[in-house]
Amino acid sequence: MATIPIAPDSAGPALASRSLARRLVSGDQVAHLFTLIFAASVILITSLLFYELWINSALSRAKFGWAFFYTQNWDPIFEQFGARPFIYGTLVTSALALLIAVPFGLGAAIFLAELAPAKISDALTFVIELLAAVPSVIYGLLGIFLVVPFVREILGPALKKTFGFTPLFTGPVYGVSYLTAGLVLAIMVAPYIISVSREVLMAVPNDQREAALSLGSTRWEATWKVVVPYARTGILGSIFLALARALGETMAVTMVIGNVPKVDLSLLAPGYTIAAVIANEFSEAAGNLYFSALVELGLVLFLLTFILNGLARLLIYATTQRGAANP
Amino acid sequence: MSVVMLSLTGLCALLIISILFFILGYLVWNGGKSLSWDFFTRLPAPVGEAGGGMANAIVGTLKLLLIASLMGIPIGVIGGIYLSEYGGRVFGFIVRYTTDLLNGVPSIVVGIFAYSLIVLHTKHFSTLAGGFALGVMMIPITLRSTEDFLLAVPRTLREGAMALGASKWKTITSVVIPAAYRGILTAVLLALARVSGETAPLLFTAFSNRYWSPGWNQPTASLPVMIYTYAIAPYEDWHRQAWAAGVVLLGLVLAANIIARTVLSRGIAVPR
Repeated sequence: MATIPIAPDSAGPALASRSLARRLVSGDQVAHLFTLIFAASVILITSLLFYELWINSALSRAKFGWAFFYTQNWDPIFEQFGARPFIYGTLVTSALALLIAVPFGLGAAIFLAELAPAKISDALTFVIELLAAVPSVIYGLLGIFLVVPFVREILGPALKKTFGFTPLFTGPVYGVSYLTAGLVLAIMVAPYIISVSREVLMAVPNDQREAALSLGSTRWEATWKVVVPYARTGILGSIFLALARALGETMAVTMVIGNVPKVDLSLLAPGYTIAAVIANEFSEAAGNLYFSALVELGLVLFLLTFILNGLARLLIYATTQRGAANP
Repeated sequence: MSVVMLSLTGLCALLIISILFFILGYLVWNGGKSLSWDFFTRLPAPVGEAGGGMANAIVGTLKLLLIASLMGIPIGVIGGIYLSEYGGRVFGFIVRYTTDLLNGVPSIVVGIFAYSLIVLHTKHFSTLAGGFALGVMMIPITLRSTEDFLLAVPRTLREGAMALGASKWKTITSVVIPAAYRGILTAVLLALARVSGETAPLLFTAFSNRYWSPGWNQPTASLPVMIYTYAIAPYEDWHRQAWAAGVVLLGLVLAANIIARTVLSRGIAVPR
């Protein structure tokens, strides 16, 4: 609680206006208004951001309508723009990232919140939060020179040999692929899942654990069947947060996905994502329609992450409040 | 069963921690051997020639951060003061929620925003546009952590000041902020660390430059964009320099983080 409640002025209007004048002179109302303007500017900037995306994509929205989202053809020369390869690539790489990062991240969060002694847990969390601070271009750098060769020489051929009968692992292995991007993204989003999940797990009241243990469950059963379900909304929130990051991640993905605007079922094939195509083509987009189509892609990304983040925040607020503990 | 699953969770944690040390180790090993005095003092060599450095990119990054700070720090800190000291129930929630959403907007989209707001009108890439994009990204980080740090100031301090007859604003400036100033510094430093590594919003705002960028109205080089262009280029020598730049950038970011989280905020809990 930051604000100190002041009893409402019960005196007459004359007195109230005099006290208002005094507060104006002492600077209180001015200060209130002054800070309010700065706080309100956040709302202004966010609305302006949306407004710019909306009007600058008007041309493309009018010309292509909904077809923009499901047509394949991305041809700046003949001014035909369809976003399907990018949307597909964005969804596939993000899904792969979550598929890899969620089990590991949740496992690590459970370890940090439930098992590790407080000192070790704090130290490890510190390190994991540093991992979240590493700039994405550095992940891209390591992706190009470490993960791409790893997929090309070891992981790709191995997957092809074992699962080659499915359409998911076919075709030539270049190293740059949906799978590579998914791997790099997984490493990038895992810290978010861990640190938020750890917090919501730690907000679960202790009597929940004690009740489960006293009924004869093992430590693992108490964790998996009581603590985790209790915190599930918050954990889901952390996953949404990670998904929003993965969808919008630009540099690391651009550097390892190969940048080929095609839809390919094989995870070993090169692809493209929304963020990557904006990064690559925006500064050289000649022609209004081309520019407008790229801004529309930005708008799609904005709306997707806006919705996901909105949901994630609400879920996390809900759990940490219900836990009634200080996260 | 219990023991197996519990040790599996430990393995998950171990795996993720070891990735960090592997990243650090590999980067330092690779970048360390490419770092030289030239890297800090010389301009990039002409394409195809070996040698040269990234002096202009280092200065460019500092200039971008200056512009970003001029915009992000006042809005972030004063907005944070509003939320913690004045914020009404409904309006406070709206500001808080919008800030969190702005924090989640992909950095490339912030780049489009800065491009259409500034580059489109001034007709050229500039330090100003790049700094603006980074400033927009600094606001939510600074604002929310400033708020958290101010909220951590005990209520009794505020009540004490008010009981002595100080007005609310006087209480804030002479009691609350001094009590939380290290926290506010932490917030600012963390925000700077975060945006100093951003690449995507600079690609088409600050763009890049192989020479010095005089003033604030020219395209400018920056460390993250240099890492990107050098890493995807086909020259062996450029890759070497990309690693060197990577080590410098990561060193800066991690140092800022460690200073902020340990030295500055000693004794106070760092909210995230």
